[in-house]
Amino acid sequence: MDRTLRRTKEFIVEGLIFLSGITSILFVVLIFVFLLKEGLSLFKEYPAGQFLFGTGWYPISEPPRFGIVPLVCGSLIVTVGAIMIAVPVSVAAALYISELAPVKIKDFLKAGIEMLAAIPSVVLGFIGMVTLVPFVRSFFHIPTGLTALSGSIMLAFMAMPTIITIAEDAINAVPKPYKEGALALGATRWQMMYKIVLVAASPGIIAAIMLGIGRVIGETMAVMMITGNSAVIPHSFLQPVRTMTATIASEMGETVYGSEHYFALFALGIVLFIITFIINFIADLFLHRKKI
Amino acid sequence: MVTAKISCKKLNAWFGKVHSVRSLDLDIRPHEIFGIIGPANSGKTTFLRTLNRMNDLDLHFRMDGEVLLDGQNIYADMTAEALRSKVGMVFAMPMPLPMSVFDNVAYGPRMHGMRDRKKLAEIVERSLQEAFLWEEVKDRLGMSGMKLSGGQQQRLCIARTLALSPDVILFDEPCSGLDPISTAKVEEAMLILKKEYTIILVTNNIKQAARVSGRTAFFLMGELIELDATEKIFTAPKDKRTEDYILGRFG
Repeated sequence: MDRTLRRTKEFIVEGLIFLSGITSILFVVLIFVFLLKEGLSLFKEYPAGQFLFGTGWYPISEPPRFGIVPLVCGSLIVTVGAIMIAVPVSVAAALYISELAPVKIKDFLKAGIEMLAAIPSVVLGFIGMVTLVPFVRSFFHIPTGLTALSGSIMLAFMAMPTIITIAEDAINAVPKPYKEGALALGATRWQMMYKIVLVAASPGIIAAIMLGIGRVIGETMAVMMITGNSAVIPHSFLQPVRTMTATIASEMGETVYGSEHYFALFALGIVLFIITFIINFIADLFLHRKKI
Repeated sequence: MVTAKISCKKLNAWFGKVHSVRSLDLDIRPHEIFGIIGPANSGKTTFLRTLNRMNDLDLHFRMDGEVLLDGQNIYADMTAEALRSKVGMVFAMPMPLPMSVFDNVAYGPRMHGMRDRKKLAEIVERSLQEAFLWEEVKDRLGMSGMKLSGGQQQRLCIARTLALSPDVILFDEPCSGLDPISTAKVEEAMLILKKEYTIILVTNNIKQAARVSGRTAFFLMGELIELDATEKIFTAPKDKRTEDYILGRFG
């Protein structure tokens, strides 16, 4: 009798732990199912080809057009710009922190990077709006400073903590004998870092960059505030753009529940979800790649 | 008296507060295998790493006294990089760089500006032959160095050191992770290499010192206790402590 009671107890506890464990997976699946259900409803009335390859996003014209190419291009240009700025700076910072910096400076820098990660994106967006945007406008003599470039610069700040932290872990994990071996052969510190450390840490650094991209492409608030929000296919960094995330965030409030526009925003969400999923998947591939 | 290749005068070394090498005076002659034996923490490795300035990387390292290589002070008259290409080092754990066999050996010469492919190929072949590895790897130079066996990896590390044509090679317990056959091969290589190079061998394996070194020094707690021809150290040590260590009474 006592034994069965104990076994029931075990069973219940194990069941609860199991439930907690799969909750996160369950949520992801539910979110995805919900996204799919709402998003795919669009294609009952609107052709998928025009959605994916259409070059105009005019949700409230008559008839409405939901071509996502300008939005994807907007996200792409802002992301590429941000990564081009963030990657060299972040990798150099990670190298400095793990290879060169004295202990005190190292701690100080690490704290600083965590602080940078803790700034809410709306604050960064606001700061960008009052400082960076006027600067870009007067520096390039263009009619507005709300451009892809401004968005890229601000997003680079947001991607940097992610990239630095993960790249630094990867650099720290390079076995000491590699470094000593190279130095014992007469390499200078820079030669050692450039030819050995960066190469040996490259899978981790690529993963760091991928996660940085994931962070940037999903960012909403700051880009909405400083990229100008015009849904046209951009031809340069000095034009206003509108990203997928900003589109969803700014239009969701105005749509009628169950309308074509409403479904189109969900379909856009699916596209975004798939993109970030692929990026995270690639990052994972590199992070868990078997050591050479 | 032959002129010394390396000459240490009143050499002291500290890590933080630990005094690991105490007032060391010794000369190393050209083309000899100089064996250093002693128990753990006796300062052997610290001494060895002082000779190519690998200790410089440790923030807590301090030293005074002089180390002269061919009469030049290695801490004042040359850069660490120049010194290290003259004084090569083979570590305890064989650890090839993460690249092909060829690139491992060519790494040093390339870094010092050698671009000529033909010359590089010559250097790689010569170095691998001197390290007794050429026959085993000549058909797979493009393979990753990490895929070789432990003994082969260690000989690859020797070859990459030889590729720079150093004057002196420091061996830091080079066979501690190897099986007896690989050990024999490395020892055989050392005996031939001494014709061209000066070799300093730190070893935990007393028999290895007896087999290959011409002179042997016994270190204890950072001090040089005794230094003599290897036969004398092993047959008629002057110091009681040397005798005790060799007979396995401590350490």
